[in-house]
Amino acid sequence: MTIAGAWYLGLAAVLFSIGALGLLIRRNVLVMFMCVELMLNAANLTFVTFARMMNDIGGQVLVFFVLVVAAAEVVVGLGIVVAIFRRRANATADDLHLMKG
Amino acid sequence: MVTLLHGAIIAPLAATHASWTDIGTFAVAAAIVLAGAIGVVIARNPVHAALMLVMTLFGVAVLFVLQRADFLAAVQVIVYAGAIVVLFLFVIMFLGVDKTESVKVEPLRGQRPLAAGLVALGLAGVLILGLVSHWTTGKASVAGAANGPGSNVFKLGRSVFTTYLFPFEVTSALLVIAVVGAVVLARRPPTTGSDGPDAIGASGAIDATGETVDAAGDISDPTTETIDEEVAP
Repeated sequence: MTIAGAWYLGLAAVLFSIGALGLLIRRNVLVMFMCVELMLNAANLTFVTFARMMNDIGGQVLVFFVLVVAAAEVVVGLGIVVAIFRRRANATADDLHLMKG
Repeated sequence: MVTLLHGAIIAPLAATHASWTDIGTFAVAAAIVLAGAIGVVIARNPVHAALMLVMTLFGVAVLFVLQRADFLAAVQVIVYAGAIVVLFLFVIMFLGVDKTESVKVEPLRGQRPLAAGLVALGLAGVLILGLVSHWTTGKASVAGAANGPGSNVFKLGRSVFTTYLFPFEVTSALLVIAVVGAVVLARRPPTTGSDGPDAIGASGAIDATGETVDAAGDISDPTTETIDEEVAP
């Protein structure tokens, strides 16, 4: 038999918290994107765990869609980062206050 | 509290009769995942953060294999570690790798303790709710069984192309939109012909176009301005 699902869920909760913490305290936009990826991975781990616990393949299908959405998000997000970099030399989130007026 | 801990954590572990191989694999993979995640958060250099992210992704792939999700483990390694992290590294190298962020500087006073407190509160809430509350779930196995005989790829593919066929098609539209958006974002803004060979050749028009570009220089990129200043005299 395998490990109980509660261990995976607890690990996913801790992983999600680390990602959220990094998203809140880091200022480099690229590292903030990586923290979003950490949070998405925690959600994926939860989906796979519930797919096993409830004996439903739909959880794994949902992970498949999350992967696609993550890839699209990274492509558009990094395109925005490059476009910002072309205008100004640094990409810390504190400097992006162009709409402040 | 001790009885709660025993009832919620130790008893399920003993009840499932997990083999020591499974327990050891899970422990090592969980340690790799958490170490990589902490490394992403505290690494000063973005390249190191990306490599730590690769470590976390491999650990999650091991956890997928441990839960009989073989196809997703392969996709995790190929798509995440092979494509997304390479895209991250490509952008980091493109923008310059020597930009390290000093983690010590805190521009918003008191933001980090507040963020850490909020995250700790949320994590504690989730864990406590998971330990003490009862789970209510809906109808079981809507899309087909995940466990049991048969290959994982077969079951996943059958579910994707029957039950989830319409979301699968919508996914293709999402990818097309992402590609078009990336192309539009990466496109250089159209300059008014001042830095092309025509503007240099027609000497009479340089001043006029130079004025136009300087007036619009606030919204165009700085490289265009430097080129114009070289051309104008």
